[in-house]
Amino acid sequence: MTFPAEVVTQAKLRLTAVPGLDKPAAIITLDNGFDHTKPNTMGPGGLAGLSTAIDEALAAEPAFLAVTGKPYIFCVGADITGIPFVTERSQAAEIEALGHQVYAKLRTAPVPTFAFVNGAAMGGGLELALHCQYRTLSAGAAALSLPEVGLGLIPGWGGSQLLPNLIGVVGAAQVIVQNPLMMNKQLRPKQAVELGIADALFEPADFLERSLLWAASVVTGQTTVQRPEIDRDMWDAVVYFARTELDKKLHGASPAATKALDLLALAKDGVTEAGLTAEREAATDLIMSDELRAGIYSFDLVQRRAKRPAGAPDRSLARDVSKVGVVGAGLMASQLALLFARRLEVPVVITDLDQERVDKGLAYVQAEIAKSVAKGRLSELKAAKLRTLVTGTVDKAAGFADADFVIEAVFEELGVKKKVWAEIEEIVSPEAILATNTSSLSVSAMGAELKHPERLVGFHFFNPVAVMPLLEIIRAEHTNDVTLATAFALGKQLKKSCVLVKDAPAFVFNRILTRFFGEIYNAIDLGTPLDVANTALDPLGLPMRPLELLQLVGPAVAAHVGKTMHVAYPDRFKVSPSMEKIVTAGLPLLVDDEINPAVVELLAGGQTPLTADEVRERALAALAEEIRIMLDEGVVADSADIDLCLILGGGWPFWLGGITPYLDRTGVAEKVTGRRFAPAGVATLPA
Amino acid sequence: MPRNVRDVVFVDGVRTPFGKAGGVYAQTRADDLVIRCIRELLARNPQLPPERVEEVAVAATTQIGDQGLTLGRTASLLAGLPKTTPGYSIDRMCAGAMTAVTTVAGSIAMGAIDVAIAGGVEHMGRHPMGEGVDPNPRFLAEKVVDQSALVMGSTAENLHDRLPEITKERTDRFGLRSQEKTAAAYAAGKLQPDLVPIAVRDENGAWGLSTVDEAPRQTSLEKLATLKTPFRPHGRVTAGNAAGLNDGATACLLASAEAAEELGLPVAMKLVSFGFVGVEPEVMGYGPIPSTEKALKVAGLTIDDIGLFELNEAFAVQVLAFLDHYGIKEDDPRVNPWGGSIAVGHPLASSGVRLMTQLARQFAEHPEVRYGITAMCIGIGMGGTVIWENAHWNGESK
Repeated sequence: MTFPAEVVTQAKLRLTAVPGLDKPAAIITLDNGFDHTKPNTMGPGGLAGLSTAIDEALAAEPAFLAVTGKPYIFCVGADITGIPFVTERSQAAEIEALGHQVYAKLRTAPVPTFAFVNGAAMGGGLELALHCQYRTLSAGAAALSLPEVGLGLIPGWGGSQLLPNLIGVVGAAQVIVQNPLMMNKQLRPKQAVELGIADALFEPADFLERSLLWAASVVTGQTTVQRPEIDRDMWDAVVYFARTELDKKLHGASPAATKALDLLALAKDGVTEAGLTAEREAATDLIMSDELRAGIYSFDLVQRRAKRPAGAPDRSLARDVSKVGVVGAGLMASQLALLFARRLEVPVVITDLDQERVDKGLAYVQAEIAKSVAKGRLSELKAAKLRTLVTGTVDKAAGFADADFVIEAVFEELGVKKKVWAEIEEIVSPEAILATNTSSLSVSAMGAELKHPERLVGFHFFNPVAVMPLLEIIRAEHTNDVTLATAFALGKQLKKSCVLVKDAPAFVFNRILTRFFGEIYNAIDLGTPLDVANTALDPLGLPMRPLELLQLVGPAVAAHVGKTMHVAYPDRFKVSPSMEKIVTAGLPLLVDDEINPAVVELLAGGQTPLTADEVRERALAALAEEIRIMLDEGVVADSADIDLCLILGGGWPFWLGGITPYLDRTGVAEKVTGRRFAPAGVATLPA
Repeated sequence: MPRNVRDVVFVDGVRTPFGKAGGVYAQTRADDLVIRCIRELLARNPQLPPERVEEVAVAATTQIGDQGLTLGRTASLLAGLPKTTPGYSIDRMCAGAMTAVTTVAGSIAMGAIDVAIAGGVEHMGRHPMGEGVDPNPRFLAEKVVDQSALVMGSTAENLHDRLPEITKERTDRFGLRSQEKTAAAYAAGKLQPDLVPIAVRDENGAWGLSTVDEAPRQTSLEKLATLKTPFRPHGRVTAGNAAGLNDGATACLLASAEAAEELGLPVAMKLVSFGFVGVEPEVMGYGPIPSTEKALKVAGLTIDDIGLFELNEAFAVQVLAFLDHYGIKEDDPRVNPWGGSIAVGHPLASSGVRLMTQLARQFAEHPEVRYGITAMCIGIGMGGTVIWENAHWNGESK
C-alpha cells in the first residue's frame, strides 16, 4: 500500500559524538523537506524510511538512538490525506501493521531510545515518541495531542495501549477521549510533563543540546528517570466513569470514542500483544468506517475549504480598511466593535441614539478588554492599544465621515435598517463598504433604495462573536466584486471562516436549524412527550439537545426567525403553536438540566404522539429536503459549504461530516431527494 | 565626587567549538552561537540570579543580518535573560570580544554595574571578511594607508618585509607547533570543559552535535612548505602559518570582586590593566608590542613579571615579532601552552574571550604564576593587551 501523493517525511540518520560517551549516538531527524508551515506527517513511505533508518542506526551499535524533528515540528501524525485511497480492509490492516511493526523497533531496541520532542507532536507522531524508551519535550512545543477520536479514529499505532501504561488510565482517558472531543484541545508542554508523557522539559533555546546531554547522562546512569507507579486498582472504575460521562454527552454517537474506552480497559494489565492486536483491529475497522471518512472530509473542510472560500472574488480587488464604523452600541454592536479593533487594529467608532447607550457600549468594550488582560489572553501593550482604538459618539457624521467600512447591528427590522443606511449614505464616502449583520432580513431589499447599493453586503456573525468561527457573507442582488472581495479579506483578518451565501431567507445555518428543529416542535405539537422529542436526535451526537439550544438562543429570537421562514416558505416552515406558547409563557425550559415540569404541562395536549425514531426520521428527511432545495436555489456553491457552516457555526461533529455525508451514508438523501449529495468515496467509504 | 576604582574579576568563560567557514555551522545562525554561550554561562553558574546580569556586550566585526540588530541586547533577550538586562554591540575587529571585556570592566570598575557578560561571535561563513564594506576613497587617494592595509594577509607579508629574521621556515614551524600543542591539549582534556556543544543541522537537514573544533589538523613541516602563499607570489604567509576563516562564539562572566563574593561566584582571575594602541595599518601585526608596553606600564609591571601568555595567532609572523621583541623564545612553554588560533581557528571578534578562558584555566593549574597576559593584533593597525592576576596565586613565586 502506498499513498499516491504522500509528502514523505524522511528519517535522516546521523551518528554524532556526545560528551561523556565513548560511542557515538545515532540521531534520526524527521524532515519532509518543507518548513514548519507544512509539518511532518507519517505515511507508508515515511514509515518504510524510518524502518530503514532505525535498522541502520542499530547496526552501528550506538550509545543510544534518538528521534527528533525539523525546527518547530516533531511529527503531527499519520498522513490522513492518503486514507481516501484506502479502499480495502486489507490495505487498512497493512498500514496498521506497518506502523506497529516499525514503531515497535524503538520500543524493543537493544540500546536506549529517546524521543526529543522538539515541537508539535500529534497522533501518530506522538505515538512514535511513546514507543521510545524516554522522552524529552521542548517548552516551546506548540501542539501536543492524540486527536484521533475527534476524527472518528483511535490512536492506532500503539497509543491506546502505551499511553495508559505510561501515565495511568485517568490521564490517558483525558488525552485520548476527552480532549479530542473538546474542540481538539491541545496539551501545553508543562501539562504533558505533569501528566508524565515526557520525562524532562527543556527550554527551546538549547533544547536539543540539553536533550542530548541528558540522554547521555541517562545512558551513563548519572540520571535516573523516575516515573510514578501506575495505579491499576481503580482502572475499571475510571473507565466505567468515563463511559458514563461520554454517554451523557454523545449518547453513543461516536463509535471511535466508545472503542477508545474499550481499548483503555484492555490496557489494564500492561502493554500486551492482545491489547496491541485489539488496537490494530479496532483501528482497521474504523479506517473502513463511514464515520472516519466523514471525519477526514470535515478536517479537510475546516483546514482547506474554510481558508479558501468557494466563490470569493480575487483578493486583489479588496480595499484596505483603515477605519470602521459600527451603528448601534448594544451587545452585538459592542462585540463587533471589539472584534474589529482587536483583529484589524484600526480605529473603530460606535454610535447610538443617545450618549447613555454609547457609554454603555464603550463600558462593555472596556470591561471585556480588562477581562482578557486578567485572564492573560491579552497583553497590557495590546490592551492599551485597543482602549485607544475604540471610541464612541452620538454624532454619526463626525464619527463615520472617514470610515471605509460601516457595519450595522441595530434592531432586526427592515424599515429601521433602511432608515439607518439612508442616513449613513449621506455621511460616508461613495466608496465606503456597508455591511449588515442581519440574521434573516433580505440584504437586497435593505439596499434597494441606496444610491450605491453595490457596496452593501451581508455579514452574518454568530453569537458569541469573539468565539464562533463562522461568518456567512451574503451577496445581495447588487453587491459588486470589490465589496465582496473586501468582505472576504476582512473576514479573514477577523480570523473567521467565511462562506459565500446568496441572499436567501435566514441564509444557511439558521435556515437549516429552523427547519430541522421545526420538526421537533411539530412533534411536540402533535403530542409527543417533551423528553422523547428532545432526545430523538441523540444518536447523532449533536453538541446540544433542541431545548438546550432553544434556551441558549432565546425562544423569541428563534420564533422570529421561524416566522420569517414561514413567510418565505409557508409549506415547509410551519408556525408551531408550542413555540408560540413557550415564547408567551417565558418559562425557563430547563431547570437543573432537567426539562421544566411547568413547560411539560404547558405543552401537553397533542393527541398523536410520535416515537423517537419517527421524530428523528421526519427531522432528517426535512433536513435532506431543505438542503437539496438550498442547493437548487444556489444559496451556496456546494453541499460542502452547508457542512462547513454546520461544523463551524454549530459545532456539529466531524463524524457526521457536518450533515450531508451522514444523510448520504444513511440513505436518507436518496430516499427523500432521489439522489446523494456527494458521490460515494468523497465523504463516505468508496462504493 | 571622588571614588575608588573597584576590582574586576573574571568568573568563567565558555566558547562554542570553532568551525570552518562553510563547515559544521553552515546551517546555524551566528546569534544562536552566542546565545548558547550565554545560556551555558548561566547554567554553569546557577548561584547567579539572571537579573543580576546588568550588561551584555557582544562583539561582531560584520554587524549585518544575524550579527546585527544590537546583538548584545537581542542575544540577551533570546537567551532568556530578563528584559531588564540591557546590552550592546561592540566592534574592534579581531579584538571585539577583548574590547567587550575591557568595556564592561570599565563599567564595573567605576561602579556603574556589578555583573556583566561579554563575548563575541563571528560567522565568517555567513559573513565573509569585508562583507558590505565601503572604504572611504580618501584612504587611497590621499595615501592615508597603502591598499595592502585592508588585506590582513598582506599586512602579514609586510611585517615579514620589516623583520627579515622571521623566515617562512620559522613561521611554518610555529604553525606546526600550534597544531601539536592543541592536539596534546585535546588529548589531555584541557580544552573540552569550556566548549559548549552546539546542535547543528547538516546540509541534508539531519541534526548532529558539534563538540570539538573543526579546524585542527595533523600536518608536517614538509606539507606546510608546499602550501600556497595567496597574498603575494613567492610570499611567506600560508594557510598553515595563519589562522583560517572560522565560525564561532565566546562569552564570559565578569563581576566586581565584591559582587563575586556576595553571590558566591568563583573567581578565576583579576583584571590588572589593559591597553589598546594604534600602529601603522600596513603592519597591523606589530600592534600587540606597543599595546603590551602600555598595559605593563599602567600596571607598573615588566614583561619579566608575566608567567603565562595567551597570544592570538592571527599570523605566526606577528606572534614571532612579539616574542622576538620581548626576547622570549618561540618555544617558551609559557606561551600558548595549548596551541592557538592557527590550530583551533580565529572567528574574528570572538577570539579575545577564548584567550582569557584558556588563561584562566592555566592559572588554575599554575598557582605559582601571578600574572598573565592576553594579547592580539587588530585590523587597521592596532594591538590590544589585557593583563590578569591569578586568583589562585600562592604567593610563592612570580
